[in-house]
Amino acid sequence: MLEIERVTVEFRPKKGPPMVALQNVNLTIRPGEFVVALGASGCGKTTLLNTVAGFLPPTSGQIRLAGKTVLGPGKERGVVFQQHALMPWLSVVANVEFGLRLQGMPRGERRRIALECLDKVGLAQAAKQPVYELSGGMQQRVGVARAIATSPDVMLLDEPLGALDAFTRESVQEILLDIWRDSSRMFFFITHDVEEALFLSTRLLIMAARPGRIVHEFDVPFSRRYTETHNARAIKAAPDFIEMREQILDLIRHTSSTGTP
Amino acid sequence: MTQHDISTKPLPDTARQAASPARLPSGSRYRTPGAGSTRAISAATVLAVFALWWFATHFAWIKPLFLPSPEVTFKAFTDAIHGNTQGQTPLLDHVLVSVTRVFCAFFLAVLTAVPIGIAMGTSRIVRGIFDPLIEFYRPLPPLAYLPLIVIWLGIDEGAKVTLIYLACAAPLAMAAQAGVRGVPIEQINAAYALGGSRWQIITLVILPAALPEILTGMRIAIGFGWTTLVAAEMVAASVGLGQMVLNASNFLRTDIVVMGIILIGVLAYLFDALMRLLERRLTPWKGRM
Repeated sequence: MLEIERVTVEFRPKKGPPMVALQNVNLTIRPGEFVVALGASGCGKTTLLNTVAGFLPPTSGQIRLAGKTVLGPGKERGVVFQQHALMPWLSVVANVEFGLRLQGMPRGERRRIALECLDKVGLAQAAKQPVYELSGGMQQRVGVARAIATSPDVMLLDEPLGALDAFTRESVQEILLDIWRDSSRMFFFITHDVEEALFLSTRLLIMAARPGRIVHEFDVPFSRRYTETHNARAIKAAPDFIEMREQILDLIRHTSSTGTP
Repeated sequence: MTQHDISTKPLPDTARQAASPARLPSGSRYRTPGAGSTRAISAATVLAVFALWWFATHFAWIKPLFLPSPEVTFKAFTDAIHGNTQGQTPLLDHVLVSVTRVFCAFFLAVLTAVPIGIAMGTSRIVRGIFDPLIEFYRPLPPLAYLPLIVIWLGIDEGAKVTLIYLACAAPLAMAAQAGVRGVPIEQINAAYALGGSRWQIITLVILPAALPEILTGMRIAIGFGWTTLVAAEMVAASVGLGQMVLNASNFLRTDIVVMGIILIGVLAYLFDALMRLLERRLTPWKGRM
């Protein structure tokens, strides 16, 4: 279980008043949940992910994973970045096994695990290729494989599909749901795409800016529906999906124009 | 059929032709200004300079004292190979001694200045210590502190190698530091999130990520090394290309001076070509990610 308790993050610029990036955020993520944070730029969603990842200490409040307070980055929290952040001097498979190598796992074993993870993202045949020769979508899938290779309890994904074209984006969404279904991991995913948020999440958070905070929370059925039917198009065209999408768009429009939920 | 149905009929050929834009002349395409190979043009430039040199000397536009003809210069080269110059030292010895000086100094600089640069990039304390020292001596002309080095170290090889070493070390340390500072924070965070220690991140992420900049720094540093060679060999040297040129100028042997200059230029060019090859082999991702 991941517990985020009264987390506030303030940035103090040298000039001007302090900027409250996150104010009093409370959130609990249970195993098997796919939580998506949705919001416009500046609502603090990346800040929230960075504090959970351990890259950014909260100004006040705390984050606990399985009862232990988060004090910095760690291998039990896998991160997929907006820009894949792969190592261009390593081949695809060497990138995926990089985390296992850092932990001192013997070569043969880590290679085997890395190839399994590559298979899950559909890139087993690209294992030996240099990463700089891959397309953006393939690079992002390598980033996902690298994050799952160390078997983290939590997957943190910071707008990982934002730079992909619509077709690639949909196929990577489906890969992510397949990986999620096959484990009891917690997923925390950030996006500004309403349809993506609805399709992936079991729980959807809507965030607002100034100060950054969670303003609404929804339970969402569509990702579970996908793991049962594997028919993404039918789900996204279903009346209840469209209705919920419009409802959320209205809500966001209202929030950003009035500044109140 | 309702009017909302999307037709899947292929376009007829006439429509396709009408839709195609006016064609560019075959073979041409839009590129960034300045793109393309320069090899043929560069070869032509070199040939043109040689031709101009040949004409200028053969039609006596310039006196031989100021510019000897290509043949005379070439003869100075063959004579020097056989040691028929002042000092009787064969050219190969001059070359070997100079190359050894430059490369010893260069390798010492790589072995020391690159780790210092990386430490400067990754540690506030190390940067605080070395930054003022390097920034102070870096812009000084080597000739300015040459006397001091001679007083301290004498007139042996030590002083010459030290002078060239100092010229190489500053750009190497600067390049390594810049390379470290240029590593994207996401790459470092990614390694931390995978459970990496600080030392693992320096050796397995920062060092390879900074390698392109370090290699560029090495190219610049060896250039400074060649530049400083003549200065270093002004001090009581009896062999060396720089010494050969200096000595020849005392006897107004312009042919040997020109030959020596060309030789140093060609050696430096060959080494730079080797470094560029190394760059392509070691950092094939440069500029692609």
